[in-house]
Amino acid sequence: MQPILRAENVHKSFDKTHILKGVSFQIEEGDLVSIIGPSGCGKSTLLRCLNGLETLDSGMIEACGVRLERKPGAPEVPGEVAHRLRRNVGMVFQQYNLFPHKTLLQNVMMAPMVVKGTKKEEAEANAERLLKKVGLYEQMDRYPINMSGGQQQRGAIARALAMAPKIMLYDEPTSALDPGLVDEVLDVMKELDAEGMTQIVVTHEMRFARDASDYIIYMEKGDIVEISDEDEIFENPKDPRTRQFLHRFA
Amino acid sequence: MRFALAVLLTLLSLGQALAQSPPPATSTPLRYGGDSTSGAPYTFKDPADPDITVGFEVDIMTQLGIEIGRKTVFVQNDWSNLIPGLNAGLYDAVINGLEITAAHQAAADFSIPYYVTFGQIVIRRGDADVPDIAALRGKSVGTLKSSQMEYVLRSFGGIDVRSYEEEIDAYSDLKLKRIDATVMDFPIAVYYAQPDRELQFTGAPVGRIEYGIAVKKGGNPQLLAQINTGLSQMIQDGEMRKILDRWGIWTPMMAQFTGDARPMQAQPDAYNHFVEATQPQGWQAQLERYMRFMPQLLWAAVMTMEISILAMFIAVGLGATLALCRVYGGVWLDRLAQVYIEVVRGTPLLIQVLFIYYGLPKIGIQLDPFIAGVLALGLNYAAYEAENYRAGLLAIPRHQMEAAIALNMTERQSLRHVVIPQAARIVLPPTTNDFISLIKDSSLVSVISLVELTKTYELISTTYYDYFGTGLLVAGMYLLLGLPFVRLAKWAERHVSRGMTRTTK
Ligand SMILES: Nc1ncnc2c1ncn2[C@@H]1O[C@H](COP(=O)(O)OP(=O)(O)O)[C@@H](O)[C@H]1O
Ligand SMILES: [Mg+2]
Repeated sequence: MQPILRAENVHKSFDKTHILKGVSFQIEEGDLVSIIGPSGCGKSTLLRCLNGLETLDSGMIEACGVRLERKPGAPEVPGEVAHRLRRNVGMVFQQYNLFPHKTLLQNVMMAPMVVKGTKKEEAEANAERLLKKVGLYEQMDRYPINMSGGQQQRGAIARALAMAPKIMLYDEPTSALDPGLVDEVLDVMKELDAEGMTQIVVTHEMRFARDASDYIIYMEKGDIVEISDEDEIFENPKDPRTRQFLHRFA
Repeated sequence: MRFALAVLLTLLSLGQALAQSPPPATSTPLRYGGDSTSGAPYTFKDPADPDITVGFEVDIMTQLGIEIGRKTVFVQNDWSNLIPGLNAGLYDAVINGLEITAAHQAAADFSIPYYVTFGQIVIRRGDADVPDIAALRGKSVGTLKSSQMEYVLRSFGGIDVRSYEEEIDAYSDLKLKRIDATVMDFPIAVYYAQPDRELQFTGAPVGRIEYGIAVKKGGNPQLLAQINTGLSQMIQDGEMRKILDRWGIWTPMMAQFTGDARPMQAQPDAYNHFVEATQPQGWQAQLERYMRFMPQLLWAAVMTMEISILAMFIAVGLGATLALCRVYGGVWLDRLAQVYIEVVRGTPLLIQVLFIYYGLPKIGIQLDPFIAGVLALGLNYAAYEAENYRAGLLAIPRHQMEAAIALNMTERQSLRHVVIPQAARIVLPPTTNDFISLIKDSSLVSVISLVELTKTYELISTTYYDYFGTGLLVAGMYLLLGLPFVRLAKWAERHVSRGMTRTTK
């Protein structure tokens, strides 16, 4: 089967600090993949490269047939390519980042109307459907500030889904939440997984990583150390570095 | 009244490079500039009917027109900008108590004198007489700023000279014992000190003063010749004498200059009319007088609002553009915007107003005073708004922009739909407050001949010698104009923060 997402030899530096050191992996359609690893190892940077929020120094990313490639020393890839890449890739942030001046419903409706020129009625119907799906139909007229963190994060997922992405990226979607609100967000992701959505989650929720993912990517110091079946990595990590990292969560 | 001769002198050089105007056909009207707030008896608003401009200079110009067969038209301009206005082509000639001195002749060409006079010493009634200027040594003496008399007093030495913008302020201070005497041009003393029971004339004439009609330097010898011929004829046929007698300001110097030793040739009815119309009145008459100003004040208020609102549109539009350039425009646009903001904020608004109106004609940009005023205020406030809006934009977390881009909006769409609307909510209250300041700062455009609220205040208060009542009236009008916006600012602070503050539910 053709992979839906491919990263090949991705390099990224910030101010001469080499952050991503040739990351390669690929993901099949419908997979739910967790990325774990110590803080500062480049997980967020990798995720941001995958939907073009960061420019690559070199390497190749291909999602749903859209290819973003930069040879070493070549000029920056035009923003237009990242724009096409993002058509199929949605992203959810740790801090939700809902638009505070808009109601939840307006938050979900905005991008389709602005980017795709979707008619208001259509955008609204779609937004209501998505809000129902994430369990926020009743809250759609609220402003983000009047919602709990869990509600905001589910709203952010609905907002990303409104652009009909084929791949969803999550950067620590539950790290800012009170423990009691974590599951409502994870449940939405599980439901999407059941529907066949391709999802990549950077997370510290080891239980979720283990229970829900198809496999786990362990990163350290800007590179992938181990890609492994979720049970295997927990019970029998191949790499000693992975073992050491997971030891702390045992 | 005569402030900032220095500004005048620097600015007049700006206007001089203007294209030479063609020699006037005798059929075209002769346009002459003057300032109707410069006071009696020169060129001023008739106290009995503030819509009419009168004065001995107005009468002289009307008669001059008859002598040379041209219609004459009065053009209002601020006194200190009369010469720059001449160079900017607003009018062909200036007649407004301009003394024929070396300094003035460097800036404009002058006709033969139309009036020769002297400095009159005035003291409080009952104080010891002052025989001459030498007796003023060691005393504090008030005079008009930038006038020839000021120069005479200062160069005499030993006199504590106090310069005033307005003649009535000098006489007020004299009565309040803040100064010991005043020396000002005889006509001023006749109109503002002579009718006052608390003041009295004293001593010998101080110096010799000649007033001339100014035309653009080197620009118009034919016109100058025409004016000189007209003035000579008026002196010959006795019309000049009649005018000066009607205004009650004939002087021995004038008799000598014209060789006219006859007794008075006309009743001083213009003088009597003025004195009568400006006598202190009972409160009912006073009230009636204020009611008569009201239409004038209301129109002035409309002018103030028109200028302020239009200027604010420019300020907000340009300010927002500059702010966007600074925050999202890349290195060069940022730098460019920064330079603009620094330059505008680092220079006085007054200079900017004068520069745009009197300076730009030098490079071929000649603007209507209204447009120049709106533009100057708008361009100035844009710099302040820009810094406001920049702070507003920076207050929006970077994550907001990122979230929008992750939703595949372009940077432009993200700004328009996500960042700017949030920043706008933050900056609305300060912007509204700035608008209230702008309403007040709009008074500065009176220097380019726009008659708005403050100018009208000056006009009325100097006509009636009444800073107090008219002052309260005009202050009240400013408050009324600003009030809706004060309310708007408060409303904005409470309501526009929707979504920015938690609501209890
Ligand atoms: N915009 C940036 N500029 C400079 N350094 C950055 C930037 N973003 C991330 N970094 C650095 O890159 C490294 C990896 O960051 P990140 O990808 O956020 O790690 P993780 O998400 O795994 O914690 C960190 O050392 C971080 O300080
Ligand atoms: Mg991170």
